[in-house]
Amino acid sequence: MEVFLVNLIAATFRVSTPIVLAAIGETYSERAGILNLGIEGIMYFGAFVGFLVADKSGSLWLGLFIAVLSGIVFGLLMGFFTVTLGVNQHVSGLGITLLLTGLTLFTFRLFYGGRSTPPSIPSFQTLNVLPENPILGPILSQYWLTYVTFLVIVPLAWWVLYRTNFGLKIRSVGENPEAVDAAGISVPAVRYATLAIGGGLMAAGGAFLSLFQLGAFTHGIISGRGWVAIAIVIFGNWHPVRVMLGGLIFGGTFALQLRLQAMGLQLPVPYETFLALPYVVTIIALVIAGRNASYPAALLKPYRRE
Amino acid sequence: MFIVEMQSITKRFGDLIANDHVNFQLRKGEVHALLGENGAGKTTLMRILYGLYHPDSGVIKVKDQPVVIHSPKDAIQLGIGMVTQHFALVPPLTVAENVVLGYQNSFVLNQTQIEESVAEAARRFGLEINPKAIVRHLSVGQRQRVEILKALYRNAQILILDEPTAVLIPQEVDALFETLNRLKEEGLSVIFISHKLHEVTQITDRVTVLRDGKVVGTVNTADVTQKELAAMMVGRETFGVSRSEANSEKGAQKPMLELINLCANDDKNLPILKNICLTVFEGEILGIAGVGGNGQRELAETICGVRQPTAGNIRVDGQDVTGKTPSELTRAGLGRIPEDRHEGMVVHLTVTDNLVLEHLDEFTRNGVLDHKAIRQYAGELIRKFQIKAKPNDITRTLSGGNMQKVLLARVLARQPKVIIAPQPTRGLDIGATDYVRQQLLEQRQRGAAILLISEDLDEILALSDRIAVIYEGEIVGTLPAAEATPERLGLLMSGAVKEH
Repeated sequence: MEVFLVNLIAATFRVSTPIVLAAIGETYSERAGILNLGIEGIMYFGAFVGFLVADKSGSLWLGLFIAVLSGIVFGLLMGFFTVTLGVNQHVSGLGITLLLTGLTLFTFRLFYGGRSTPPSIPSFQTLNVLPENPILGPILSQYWLTYVTFLVIVPLAWWVLYRTNFGLKIRSVGENPEAVDAAGISVPAVRYATLAIGGGLMAAGGAFLSLFQLGAFTHGIISGRGWVAIAIVIFGNWHPVRVMLGGLIFGGTFALQLRLQAMGLQLPVPYETFLALPYVVTIIALVIAGRNASYPAALLKPYRRE
Repeated sequence: MFIVEMQSITKRFGDLIANDHVNFQLRKGEVHALLGENGAGKTTLMRILYGLYHPDSGVIKVKDQPVVIHSPKDAIQLGIGMVTQHFALVPPLTVAENVVLGYQNSFVLNQTQIEESVAEAARRFGLEINPKAIVRHLSVGQRQRVEILKALYRNAQILILDEPTAVLIPQEVDALFETLNRLKEEGLSVIFISHKLHEVTQITDRVTVLRDGKVVGTVNTADVTQKELAAMMVGRETFGVSRSEANSEKGAQKPMLELINLCANDDKNLPILKNICLTVFEGEILGIAGVGGNGQRELAETICGVRQPTAGNIRVDGQDVTGKTPSELTRAGLGRIPEDRHEGMVVHLTVTDNLVLEHLDEFTRNGVLDHKAIRQYAGELIRKFQIKAKPNDITRTLSGGNMQKVLLARVLARQPKVIIAPQPTRGLDIGATDYVRQQLLEQRQRGAAILLISEDLDEILALSDRIAVIYEGEIVGTLPAAEATPERLGLLMSGAVKEH
């Protein structure tokens, strides 16, 4: 039982990492009033391009860097559609996800043909902190990006949003862009900035799966994690720390269902029931938390001065 | 010496000329009114000065230097501050955060430091306000104070106030004027956008009158009467409607609309209407006064069957109609002039379509629309209500005044026994406003019971036979029009007193 719990906790952090990364990225842009539904596509492309560069260059670091860069670029593209052109955010976001899903599959075929087994590379290894300790050892044995996510990116997001002038501008743009404009701040600049930060974090989340966890790229590598991240942002009421908790709940349920499946219990339900569990939990959590959700007032609204 | 000079400013929006070679000069240390009807170009001119619009031609000089103002940022640097009609505040943030927004350059935001500096500024300018308060929790008057403080905190020497009194109760207006007079003494120059004559004559030193985008003239306030200003503003001598005395000598009046202990919840499922008891008699206009957001919208919706009451009863002409659908209510004799013109009709359809929209069943034969009858009916209404449009014009292309006429025609042609009129003249120019008010008075003459809900106290006072005041979903007092003064109503509207 003890081993089970220790492994479960360790797996929870691992599984949560990509979701939390993407959800924090989404938090930035939604706080500024942009719902980035390109999240799923940006994660997918990030996972693939990171893998491709790492495979061809032999450098995992270069792969991660290019992945993040691609996320920033597509975040800015989202900005071009929604901020500069004022296109509907749902349409632009879904458009980017469709575009990137297609582009990924197409490029994958260009480089790897139609092979049935996914190509794989040696991935980043976990850090072994306190390897002797029977409890903390496995829990602390995590990838460096997991450490960075929970110890740097989440607290930093909170600090930026609530303790810096940039954060004050972000929160204001998401609530009342007119006020920000009247105060002499460029609304587009703030929105572009959050979309770039957000895109980078989403792509890092995708690349975590291919460069850290799997060391491979598969067609179903993201399988809806981006959409889960969107739900988690609402669950977390657009607050980085609560968003992180939401990510951990999803990650925990995901890790639990994997273990339940592996235990081979003879239950009168098909194994897909377990697979669905994290998503069901997300929906339930969302229904409970979503009723009191205080949406950024300017979310989804393009800002035009005249 | 002029602190601001705007020379020959022209601004077009498509075919519309919002500002046509406008000249405007502001002296240092004066309060200068920009007076004009809705759509006269006052706000456009000031949005140009604040960098929100760019003029097509013309020159702006600030302190004798020609300047080009690209954005509010440039305006702020030139010492110009603007308080817009819809406050440019971020409700979930604190007062201090709102005040420093965009003005602090350091990366880190030091809450204690900004709170202290904002409190210090508030004391210096005599605008007492708690810097830690969340803006969402402040009253409208307090929010306006935050806006003024925000401008002054940025060292504004020129302050533009766009219709600052539109949302205030009379006591708050007095407080605002006191503040402005004090700031004027200290050398602040104020541009006061308004269409309310008595305020303009009370607070300003000079007045520039705009009509249809052109300057009619600039005068010293002391040299003109309100009547002369009104004539400059609308281009004719008199305006307004006159109300005949109540036709109540017929003895006991018949109650047409009765609200009995009516309760309802708002969109968040919290109680918003609390035990509303009101009766509107035949041939009477009952005005509901109150500051916006005190349950007016919900009251109209509940009576019209759009919102379900949680308790209480509604009676129309003695018949209990509680819980009936809007179309059943229409048949029971209730007419509603929708609060939002765009909500009340399908703006992409033609004028004709909108005129018959509520009574399609009457123009249907064997399940097919009878277009001949519809055309005839619509043509009659267009003539009778002087709608300046062709039957097949798309409603969206009509002016606000003509849209309102379409709505009025649709409702009033049915000769309803009870008329609910929430904010019937909001956003209309004086001509259209007069028309709507005249129509309401004619309906009253005909014997209809009218519930007029308005945030415009002047409108309430001009039309109502009796006035009820709503505050936080409660009727805090009902007065006959003859006894209602702005001061007494203001006290009721602020929730300070109750009169039953």
